[in-house]
Order: sequence, then C-alpha cells, then structure tokens
Amino acid sequence: MEIKAIFYLLPALVMFCAGVYGFITRRNMIAMLISLELMLNAVDINFAVFNRFLFPGALEGMFFTLFAIAIAAAETALAIAILINIFRSVKNIDVRDLNEMKF
Amino acid sequence: MDYSQFLAMKQEIGLLILFLIVFFYDAFAPRKVQKYLPGLTAILMTVLTVVGCVWMFTGESFTSAFNGMYETSTVIDAIKNILNIGVIIVLIQSVKWANGELMIMRRGEFYMLLLVTLFGMYLMISARHFLLFVIGLESASLPLAAMVALDKNRYESHEAAVKYILTACFSSAVFMMGLSFIYGLTGSLYFEDIYMSLAGQGLSVMMVLAMAFVLAGVGFKLSLVPFHLWTADVYQGAPTSVTSYLSVISKGATAFALLCILVQAFGCVYSQVWEWMLYALIILTITIGNLFAIRQRNMKRFLAFSSVSQAGYIMLGIIACNTMGAAAMMYYIFVYIFSNLAAFGVIGAIENATGRVSMDEYSGLSKSNPRLAFTMMLAMFSLAGIPPFAGFFSKFFIFTSAINQGSIAIYVLVLIALINTIISLYYYLLVVKAMYISDKPAVIDRFNSTPGERLGMIITVAGIILLGLASPVYNWLLETTDMSPILNMFMLQ
Repeated sequence: MEIKAIFYLLPALVMFCAGVYGFITRRNMIAMLISLELMLNAVDINFAVFNRFLFPGALEGMFFTLFAIAIAAAETALAIAILINIFRSVKNIDVRDLNEMKF
Repeated sequence: MDYSQFLAMKQEIGLLILFLIVFFYDAFAPRKVQKYLPGLTAILMTVLTVVGCVWMFTGESFTSAFNGMYETSTVIDAIKNILNIGVIIVLIQSVKWANGELMIMRRGEFYMLLLVTLFGMYLMISARHFLLFVIGLESASLPLAAMVALDKNRYESHEAAVKYILTACFSSAVFMMGLSFIYGLTGSLYFEDIYMSLAGQGLSVMMVLAMAFVLAGVGFKLSLVPFHLWTADVYQGAPTSVTSYLSVISKGATAFALLCILVQAFGCVYSQVWEWMLYALIILTITIGNLFAIRQRNMKRFLAFSSVSQAGYIMLGIIACNTMGAAAMMYYIFVYIFSNLAAFGVIGAIENATGRVSMDEYSGLSKSNPRLAFTMMLAMFSLAGIPPFAGFFSKFFIFTSAINQGSIAIYVLVLIALINTIISLYYYLLVVKAMYISDKPAVIDRFNSTPGERLGMIITVAGIILLGLASPVYNWLLETTDMSPILNMFMLQ
C-alpha cells in the first residue's frame, strides 16, 4: 500500500500544535525547550515530505532540513547553557520564579 | 565551482577578517596590551566602514553570486554602511564598560559575539534564498542571547537572557513553519522563483497562513506589537551596551531584510495578503508601544517601549511599497541610530558612574550635568520628531512615502501615526521636564564621563543636528533606490 503525503503532514501538524501548546502551558523550562524541539522537528518533517512527494526533482527541502537540524541543535545548546546559569542563581528552573522584571 | 564569486561578498569578507583579528588579539596578545582591544576594534570597524563607503561609490551597482542566492548592490552596501556607523558608535560607547572590573575576563567575548551577529545581519540583508536568510537570522539572534547574559553577576541579565532565547527559538520555529508552507506551495526557496510561482497561482488559505507565520516570525525580532512582550524585560535586564546594540542595529537590519523578503518574494500578493496584515500590525505597534511607554519609570524600559513604537514607524516605509519608501526607511534607520544611541549613551554614562536608571532620579540633571542633560534633550526631541532635528525629517519622509502609495486606507493609517506622534511627544517631554523644569535638588551628583562616552555623544549630537539641517544623505539614498534595478523591478511605481 502506498502511503500518501497526508499521513506524514498530519503528524507534523499535530507535533507543531503540541509544541505550541506545551510551550504556553508548561512552567518548567526544560519542558518548554522540549516543546520548542517538537516544533522545530515538525518543520523538518514538513520540508522533507514536501520535497519527497511534491518536488522530487531537486533536493532543496532536504538541504533545508539538514541546516534546520543544525540550527535547532545550536539553539538548544545555547538555551541549556543559559538555563544552567539561571539554575545557579535561583536554584530552580520554574519560569514562575523569573518575575523580577514586570510591567 | 567558480571561487571568484566569493569576491562579491566584499563586506562580509572584510568583517570576517576583522573578526579573526579580534579573535587572535584576544587569545594571544600579552595581558598588558589586552585593555586596548575595545579601542582597536572601534578603529578597525571605522577602517572597514570607510573602505565599505569607497566600495559603495566605486563598485559595480549590482552583483549576484552563488546562483542568485546572494546579491549585493549599491542600496545594500548603503544599508550595511549605515549599520556599520551605528556599530562604531556602540563600540566607542562601550569602552568604559568593557574595561570595567566585571568584564575584564570576558571582554573579548563581547566583541566577538557582536561581530558575529553583525555578520549574520549582513547575510540576512543580502540573502535572496530562504536557506541563507535563515542562517543569517539565526546567527544574528543566537549570539545576541549570549550577549544579553554577559553580565554574569546580575540576576536580571540571566532573566533577560532566558526570556530572549525562548522567544527567539519560538519565533524562528514559527518562521520556519511558514517557510515550509511556502516551499510546499511554490517548490523553491529562491525569492525570485517564489515570486514567479505565486504570481501564477491564485490566493489560497495556505498562502495566507504561510504569510502570517513568516510575518510573525520576523515580527518577533522587530518587536512588532502582538509579539513585543519580550522587549521591555530584555532591554532592562541586558547590559546597556548590549541594549543599545539590540535596539538599533538588530532592529534596523531586520527591518531592511523584511522589506527585501516582502517585496522580492511576496511582492505580487501585496494588496491581497500582506498589505492589510502590516496595516493592523503598524496600528497596534505604534499605539500600544506609545501607551505603554507613558507609564514606565525605568529609563531602559521606557526606551524599550519607545523603540517598539519606532519600529511601527519604520514599517510605514515597507507598507508604502515604492522606492521612496525604501529610501525613507533607510534614512529613518540612519537617523534612529543617532538619536537612540545618544539617549542610550547618556543612560549608559549615568549608569556606569552612579548606577541609577530611574526617570525620577534624572530630576535636576541640567543643574549638575548640563551637557548630559542637553544630549538627552536633543535625543528626545529627535525621537519625538521636533524640527529642526533629524527625527522630524525622517518622520516627514516616511509619512510622505506612505501617502504616495495613494489609497484611502493609507491616508487613515498615516493620520493614526500622526496622532501617535503627538502622544509620543508627551512622554518624551516627561524626561526633558524632569531634567530641566523640576525644582527638586539634583539627585545625581556632578561627574565626569569618560573620553569614550564623550566621543560617542559628540558624534551622535553632531549627527542629530547635521542630518536635520542639511541632508544630501536622503537625496542620495532616494537617487540610488530609484536606480537600483532589483528594487525597482518588483516595486509598485
């Protein structure tokens, strides 16, 4: 049986929405980073699927995916470094504790 | 592959060499001469700018490389040089801070990260392919998060960095999601191919969704209003030198890059899709930025909201979608660099000397530090747009270019922007009132600012006054954008 593009695109969309939902509702910063990672991976799936099913002649989407993976890794590394800094100063990684600066 | 096409990236290669010099100096220079690093960077940056200006006037008017992925022209050289001038001022102003007690171990990192972000912005401006654009966008925004966190001993700096990195990642994920939809629609990531493909197909829901995602992603970086929530916290928490860099250079580069994307890749769906999206964004940005600025007491937060509303004015040059709009926008960025950096220079000087950043503590500043107060007053007048200072003319040109677009809706938009200019006058003058009219005794004692800060203030004040009185700059920009083939091709005339 041939698997249609929609069976890849739908999970990607669900992943993206789950990522957005998690980013907004989760209060633990590591969980927020995981949600961000979900969103970025949904983008990768989208690109790969569009390339494979719609435009198989060129590899533009695949290359974008490769670069996007690298960029996501860089983002996570930097975010983790900053989180460790925060953990050292407040001994916690709950975003509700980061409320020194407000309106 | 033809390696000679790397020569098209003259500005980038120059910046890369500068970066390597700073890197090796920081790593290998003896400890005694380490303290000259800030001065050296500023001087090298000035050399690069001068050379860049020579290239701009003598070089070819249009070059593209890497199969059209990268392109440069006189207009693009001009915006890069404008950013360079801003960077020089930031570098000069930050000498004192970078040589301070807390920064002694991390001095080199600040300069290296700054140059890397500038490199990213160059790529963003020159990119004509979305892959290159995304790489530029990320290398412009990720090192900035590290720069925000540079003040390791202050808690606010960490908090600001977390807020910045999380929103930056979120926005880039949203942006790339929009790109994936566009790729699905058009099958290419070249701006030109996207333009052709979109012109051939009609309007679709996916198209509108993709545009909304792309605008939201870039809007985060520009702090347009529904996406501005990080701005005030990050500006307050970051070290003042980083804040000034973030508020002018990063914003100016992103604004110009957004113009390139919208005109060159999505120019054909201007009136169907992104005109009304930008319309709503501009009204919200200007109004809400102004209203929130009124109630701020911390100077850095105050300037954060002021810069939110200024971003709205810059967007007027994009919605105009004509060559005059592009020229007016570049001129606006140029003037904005001088006026905002003058304000940040004063704030930084006062913060370095006394540690005070609250607006109430500025009362009576004109008695104890008349020159600082005068600089601040000029900056506020220029930001508010009072003639004959430069800010008035930049606002005037940008409104004129928007009006030239011609539709009734734009007239209403410009009217709203004008009303907001009057509102903004109120809060800019609050600062002037605190400094000059208040009869309370001065809170801040008299102090001497360092040579670097003084030089920075002299340059910015000279810029504010000269650009206001005589302006061959704007005429030249207008002429160049009119002749620029690539901007002309897609813009409405």
